[in-house]
Formats: sequence, C-alpha cells, structure tokens
Amino acid sequence: MLLGKVIGTLTPCVTYEGLEGVPLLLIQPLDKQKNPSGSPIVAADSTRMAGPDELIYYEGGREAAMALETTFVPVDATIIGIVDDVKLINEEEL
Amino acid sequence: MILGRVCGSIVSTINHKFYDNKRLLLVDRLTIAGEPSGKYIIAIDSVGAGAGETVLIIDEGNSARQIVEDETAPLRSIIVGIVDQTEIQSF
Repeated sequence: MLLGKVIGTLTPCVTYEGLEGVPLLLIQPLDKQKNPSGSPIVAADSTRMAGPDELIYYEGGREAAMALETTFVPVDATIIGIVDDVKLINEEEL
Repeated sequence: MILGRVCGSIVSTINHKFYDNKRLLLVDRLTIAGEPSGKYIIAIDSVGAGAGETVLIIDEGNSARQIVEDETAPLRSIIVGIVDQTEIQSF
C-alpha cells in the first residue's frame, strides 16, 4: 500500500456492472514525506468516507477489487483507509 | 520477497474492516547493499517488528492471504520476518 491525497471526486455516467454507487476519487500518490510523486490516479473508495484534501492509503492490483463489496470488478486502485497520522522514526534517535 | 527497513507507522481509525486492529508499518525498501532505495511500502506486521529493524516482506496477495488465513482479505504486503544478517557472496 502507498500513501495518497484525495484531490477531487469523479462522477461517471455509465459504469461497468458491479461498480454502480462505488465512490470514485482522484488521488495524488505521495512519498513518505507526503510530497507528490507521480501522476494522479482514479481510485475507488472502500471506506466511503474519504473526501478532498484527506490523507489516505490505497492498494493497487487484484487486491483493489477485493476491498470492495462486489469483489469481481474492474478496478486497479482502491482507498483502504484514512490516515490520521504518519509517525516517521528519526534514524538518529535509535 | 523483498527486504525493507521499518521507518515509521501509520495511525488510522477509518479503514476497511479487515485492517481493524492491524499494525500498519511504513517500510523503506532496501537496495542490495542494504541502503534505502527511496521507495517505500505500507505493510501489516505479523511478527512484531520494531523501529529500525530490517525485515522480510511478502508483496504478493495470495501468499499474504494464506498467512492471515483469510482468503477474502484485500491484502498484499505483509512483514513475515526480521532479518539478523544478510551476506552477499558475489554481486
């Protein structure tokens, strides 16, 4: 899983069977310092609670579809959870 | 499987129900020399890994689901070992 930030929502007018009502959000993948890395992607939202500007973590690949209610759907990225806090360990403190 | 070093943790209250009460660790992926490669991965922990430890990570869904004994879990990355030492014979 990787970190991302929700930057927008997406409303499809026609969806594939099984994806009706699944929230689709635009997310910007982030590195661990929360800086943008790579191009924004569209992800389904398994929490159904993520909104713009929120820090989330998402899973890609086969597991993306498995996180949704209908598990055999064409999805390649899904938001798994909303991040409250990222605690980075300072190497010098170890 | 890949090698990583635990560099932090993720605190999350709203998440997919499978991830309730699971420890989420932020892990730096390592190069063959044992240095952070700049990439990272968020993985759940099955062995009690701690800060700064070098760990063995499975980044493949079916193997990970076999470990948690839940074939519907939306899970791919799981920490399965703590590495004491790596030795490279020739590279």
